[in-house]
Amino acid sequence: MAFDLTINGQSISLDVDPQMPLLWALRDVVGLTGTKFGCGKALCGACNVNVDGQVVRSCMFPVSAAAGKNVTTIESLSEQGDHPVQVAWRKLNVPQCGYCQSGQIISAAALLERNPNPSDADIDNAMSGNICRCGTYTRIRAAIHRAAEDRS
Amino acid sequence: MSRIEQLSRREFLQRTGKAGGGLVLALTLTSACQPGREDAADASVVAPNVYVNVRDDGVVEIYCHRSEMGQGIRTCLPQIIADEMEANWDRIKLIQALGDEKYGDQNTDGSTSIRQQFDLLRTAGASAREMLIAAAAATWGVPAADCVAREHAIHHAASGKSAGFGDLVSAAADMDVPEDVSFKSPDEYRYIGKSMDIIDGFAMTTGQANYGIDTVLPDMLYASIERCPAVGGTVKSLDDTATKSIAGVTAVLQLPDATSPPLFNPLGGVAVLAENTWAAQQGREALDIEWDYGANAEYDSASYREKLMQTSRDAGRSVLNRGDVEVAFGDAATIHEAEYFAPHLSQAPMEPPAAAARMTDDGGCEVWACTQDPQSAQQTVAGVLGIDKSKVKVNVTLLGGAFGRKSKPDFIAEAAWLAKEAGHPVKVTWTREDDIRHGYLHSVSAQCIKAGLDADGNTTAWRHCTAFPSIGSTFDATATGPSAGELGLGFVDNPYAIPNMRLEAGDATAHLRIGWLRSVCNVYHAFANCSFVDELAYLAGADPKDYLLRLLGPPRHVDPTAEGAEYGNYGQGLDTHPIDTGRIAAVVEEVADMAGWGRELPPGHGLGIAVHRSFLTTVGTVAEVSVSDAGKLVVHELWTAIDAGTVINPDRVKAQMEGAGIFGMSLALHGEITAKGGAVVEGNYDSYPVVRMNEAPAAINVHIMDVDAPPGGVGEPGVPPVAPAIVNAYFAATGNRVRELPLRNAGLA
Ligand code: FES
Ligand code: FES
Repeated sequence: MAFDLTINGQSISLDVDPQMPLLWALRDVVGLTGTKFGCGKALCGACNVNVDGQVVRSCMFPVSAAAGKNVTTIESLSEQGDHPVQVAWRKLNVPQCGYCQSGQIISAAALLERNPNPSDADIDNAMSGNICRCGTYTRIRAAIHRAAEDRS
Repeated sequence: MSRIEQLSRREFLQRTGKAGGGLVLALTLTSACQPGREDAADASVVAPNVYVNVRDDGVVEIYCHRSEMGQGIRTCLPQIIADEMEANWDRIKLIQALGDEKYGDQNTDGSTSIRQQFDLLRTAGASAREMLIAAAAATWGVPAADCVAREHAIHHAASGKSAGFGDLVSAAADMDVPEDVSFKSPDEYRYIGKSMDIIDGFAMTTGQANYGIDTVLPDMLYASIERCPAVGGTVKSLDDTATKSIAGVTAVLQLPDATSPPLFNPLGGVAVLAENTWAAQQGREALDIEWDYGANAEYDSASYREKLMQTSRDAGRSVLNRGDVEVAFGDAATIHEAEYFAPHLSQAPMEPPAAAARMTDDGGCEVWACTQDPQSAQQTVAGVLGIDKSKVKVNVTLLGGAFGRKSKPDFIAEAAWLAKEAGHPVKVTWTREDDIRHGYLHSVSAQCIKAGLDADGNTTAWRHCTAFPSIGSTFDATATGPSAGELGLGFVDNPYAIPNMRLEAGDATAHLRIGWLRSVCNVYHAFANCSFVDELAYLAGADPKDYLLRLLGPPRHVDPTAEGAEYGNYGQGLDTHPIDTGRIAAVVEEVADMAGWGRELPPGHGLGIAVHRSFLTTVGTVAEVSVSDAGKLVVHELWTAIDAGTVINPDRVKAQMEGAGIFGMSLALHGEITAKGGAVVEGNYDSYPVVRMNEAPAAINVHIMDVDAPPGGVGEPGVPPVAPAIVNAYFAATGNRVRELPLRNAGLA
């Protein structure tokens, strides 16, 4: 069965098992590997993408539920990789292994959309679904504050 | 531990000079750095060494032969080479090296890359520099001694002549490899000691960074493997009818049984191959397998724990003896005894093990993998396929975390074996449950320490017994106890100035695959040592920091081998990397200062301190904690001081200390792998939690000690002091002592 959806601005028709999680459709079928697999159980946020303005965990989000919707992945968060969150991440050298950072950045960008000037507590609330095994949390907090400043 | 290899400068030149006499002339311009691209080396050519090419367009290509897993080696390694070479940072291009013994030791574990290869990398840069100088001198007909390298060019001051590196390439090709090179003095450093931005920052923030799991090959099948819940178990019966009816599934293959000992070989099991990961996972769920659990079917971590505790209470085999502890116990005014327990742990890197493989036309195999050790991947794949390791090409991708898990190439061998059997390229992706249930786990441990104090509160006797199943069991089925190498990780290298000391090891049999985890046995040895010192301080009525300094004693160099212990000092000399109690004490003073030790704390708060030397580096940590209304431990802030000798990139060292703080908190608060009926119980981040943002301290403050000494390790030594600092802080806050990890079991997390 085919599903029509928009991924990073491009209309695409996916002929896959309706239950296939969006994560695997993106990675294995569309060929966008920036969105990562970390747990497969909606526990870590490595697979976070934006669907119609909402952050979803693509590992538990069936592709059928994305039909007719707009999906934005890390690859198109900005055209030049210069979204304020990405810039702040680089200024503070946030990434260690980098593997969780696609999901972290998607979550942080969405946080700043709804709350342009988040407190530490706001950040803790919004970002606790994203695990970083390398432990970059204190830098992520600082980088979100930095991105908030740069945006204003 | 890792194989240790350290090249002298002469050996280095002999080895790398063998290939010929000139600079590598890379004739092809290539696009962005791809893991494994080594076509330049195929060009014509030869080397002053295998780490550097100078292209005639002036670009300096630097091969990173170590694996990037978050520690920053892809930034620090070129910092060293470019600095010695006087190459400009914006004119270098980093290439990830293939697995190849020509690079020497590539095993990225044991925090070795800088501490063991600083001289090697400086030599690589310096010899390239000297060849370019020789080329310029010959071209200009001036003495080489009058030429200098500066800013990507060679200059001759007297004549005012200059030539860029690229312009000297063809002349340099005729030059001999310099026999003897000198290093810059630290005041001449341009990159060493500077916080250069990470090289992969753009790729990592835009989704363009490639990890093992991201590999896509033409015509590739995706595999998911069901393995026996118990290590060494085998398939009794298999019904794959339901699996084969799932759309997208192309094959079901039964892997060869696990070996005993496990080595780095695959664990056996049944693989489902499909057109995508999802179909493979669905097909795997539909398998109907009956297992014979084999020899480890009875393993139960709860009853094992009791046995291990008993072993640590009984006298073990003595590995270090000083004075006479029994006599000293008899004379002591106070005796104190405590038992510590720490469970199995899983490394649980965010990227689970994943690798892709394809067979090549010449009967070889090419793999792409997130491996810490591409040469051991070559070896293991060769063994499983029955081919020569020279026919195995290993492309090293970025590693989405590793922490020791990815130094074992079992998952790479799985991909290779499946690619051969299936006649297709295959990518194997472990699920999180696979990672946590079928890994090489950090060992479970039990320790018993007894001390005697005199009437003034001085510790006069210390007997410490440690018992844990050895990593050796992974390589030798008959291994039953801690090896000398493991006992050198925070046990026999005990720095305390106590006149009577006996250190003992107790045997234990492994029932899971045991492997390295970030800082290895130092985790539990530091937990027990640093906790017990804190206990003794209170017993003596002393401040914990003051008492710690008292135990460290006068500044001196400790040599465990002088007291009968077998001690390898992480493969490096005690002369260059001493156990220097003066330096350890300085770290204690510094971190106590940073944390405002002794200051008035908010009600309910406590400070705890711990210091531990591992991987030739000393790290001191102070934690400030309190208990929330809900009864949970809150870590408000961490302070860390590190003496790692010479530091290449201070910001990466800080990042490693921050990460180690979180990693240490995870194992202190949450980490525990248990087993029932031979099978690991935990499976994902719900049952095996790690610290998240909401538990992260408000700040992790790091100070790097300014010490003029050879580099120590950085990736691992930040971890060991964290758990004891937290437990000591919890005691300071509440008067309750916890002697087993994780604190979750005491209801505190
Ligand atoms: S992979 Fe989706 S939340 Fe972890
Ligand atoms: S940077 Fe490695 S998991 Fe976050």
